[in-house]
Amino acid sequence: MSKRTIIPFGPQHPVLPEPIHLDLVIEDEKVIEAIPSIGFIHRGLEKLVEKKDFIDYVFVAERICGICSFIHGMTYCIAMEELLKLEVPSRAQYLRVIWSELSRIHSHLLWLGLTADAFGFENLFMQSWQIREQILDIIEETTGGRVIFGSCKVGGVRRDISAEKLQEILKKLRSYRNQWTEIGGIFLNDTTVKHRLQGVGKLSMEQAKTLGAVGPMLRGSGVAMDIRMTGYSGYNKLGFTPVVETAGDCYSRCKVRIRELDQSLQLIETCVTQMTEGPLEAKVVGFPNGEFFARSEQPRGEAIYYAKANGTKFLQRLRVRTPTFANLPPLLTALAGCQLADVPVIVLTIDPCISCAER
Amino acid sequence: MGALSKSPWIIHYDGSSCNGCDIEVLAVLMPRFDLERFGVVNTGNPKHADILLLTGSINHQNAPIVKSIYDQMPEPKVVMAVGICATSGGIFRECYNVLGGADKVVPVDIYVPGCAVRPEALIDAAVQAVGLLDKKRAAALAAEKEKE
Amino acid sequence: MAQQIIDIQISELLERAKEMQAQGQRLVQICCTTLSETLELQYSFDLDFAYTSFRITLPKEGGAVPSISSIFLCAFLYENEIHDLFGVKITGIAVDFQGKFYRTATPRAFNPEAVTGEVKA
Repeated sequence: MSKRTIIPFGPQHPVLPEPIHLDLVIEDEKVIEAIPSIGFIHRGLEKLVEKKDFIDYVFVAERICGICSFIHGMTYCIAMEELLKLEVPSRAQYLRVIWSELSRIHSHLLWLGLTADAFGFENLFMQSWQIREQILDIIEETTGGRVIFGSCKVGGVRRDISAEKLQEILKKLRSYRNQWTEIGGIFLNDTTVKHRLQGVGKLSMEQAKTLGAVGPMLRGSGVAMDIRMTGYSGYNKLGFTPVVETAGDCYSRCKVRIRELDQSLQLIETCVTQMTEGPLEAKVVGFPNGEFFARSEQPRGEAIYYAKANGTKFLQRLRVRTPTFANLPPLLTALAGCQLADVPVIVLTIDPCISCAER
Repeated sequence: MGALSKSPWIIHYDGSSCNGCDIEVLAVLMPRFDLERFGVVNTGNPKHADILLLTGSINHQNAPIVKSIYDQMPEPKVVMAVGICATSGGIFRECYNVLGGADKVVPVDIYVPGCAVRPEALIDAAVQAVGLLDKKRAAALAAEKEKE
Repeated sequence: MAQQIIDIQISELLERAKEMQAQGQRLVQICCTTLSETLELQYSFDLDFAYTSFRITLPKEGGAVPSISSIFLCAFLYENEIHDLFGVKITGIAVDFQGKFYRTATPRAFNPEAVTGEVKA
């Protein structure tokens, strides 16, 4: 008896800092289908490789996204280093892991805040971002930037962090852990919050696998898949095991991210104990040649950088497959059958980064 | 006077930014930098807004959207181009799908450079925008008086 | 990180995709590359971090491939993207945006030589 209606969601919507547009086909309050339309932020930056040489392009790669900027730059560097047959010094690899994990912590805290905002818990939003600001301070002290680090380069890293500073960072991070454990407890135990997250936006293990979900979206559905398990950039020496939750709903994805905060800190701690003095970069000789798929785990999931080079200064092709792009089909599945009021929360649980997705 | 300059409302639109500046805009509205102490409120409705805050560069698809937001805002209004992409296109200006800075479609009053923009620069820009709002309002009032 | 790239013919594509699905592989990405004379399509799959990529070579103009979205639904995003940015005709996409996925001012920006022809599938 109910009539189908189409409700447009976005491109300008209060829960989205970025424009994406969904057409929600609804019957009464129930969402039957969601159809995305993107292209508002498409810049076409993959084509810039024809204008910027392979060393300069790191700066563009970092600006694909302003949240996981460091890992974007690093993945690009990994691709170049493979094509140049460069061995990155061990200290540089450890520093890369430290900055990656700091990025992950700040990104997950940002996500927690935005999610709290999506279900209308303004105070929790502010609390999460307050902790995030302290992480940004550490990042600023070690790299000079809050958003764009600029510390990764082809062959290694640009800056070192002194042993003293590392200890100081650890001490700070441990005290921030108490803070995020406290707000994490609210996300996981508060009745009203649980009411908004549990059983909402279900994605079964089978669906997550076949639809190509990545990152916390996949791990929240019980699949132990994390590109850090492949051991790139020295993750193999850190004793890494992925965080997995099995319920497959918004609550479970939230839990994955909260547990990953602690895990990231642990990884940084291991890095600091294992690190030895040494050179920060390998000298770049020659031009890249061949083709390679570099993969890394960003806060939002697996990122793929495909580079094809022919031995000149300019790459023939660079292709970036970002986690949000891969998470769109699972999102559409999770949206089908939900209540209209839950749409913002479900959209947020993939941690959408549209500028990544459209490049 | 007063009401306008003591509580300017901001509308934020993300052109084709990398997210860096957008998140900094939000961070500035948070308690730490607390732009809200100047009475600034982030609104989603262009008809409530006094300041249009643009991040990211302009492309063919968002140009009419930016124009329409600007047209819907009541006078006096101030446009802030935040971040290097919004001021000139920045590192992406050579991309085929990027037209350039925000001034390609709307008149920009305040350019705020930075990649990503520094919170301090944003606060400074907001304070300048308040001054500009006052000036524009005074000029409009004077023009009205002359008519009479 | 083991990676292999295997060259295949267009006619083999669907069969290979079915094989991959039967093995429980995950579709990682589809990527198109413009070379001086031809276009290259790469379909990448992953199972337990073993990475396999199938490569198809197409002419720059008038190339057409069947969609694998009936086997891997998530392929529809990649296929629409390749259609819009490279002008490759892909037949039978599960959710076909008819060239309106990326509304760029420059059509087929990554393959500018391809002129007009059958844009609408």
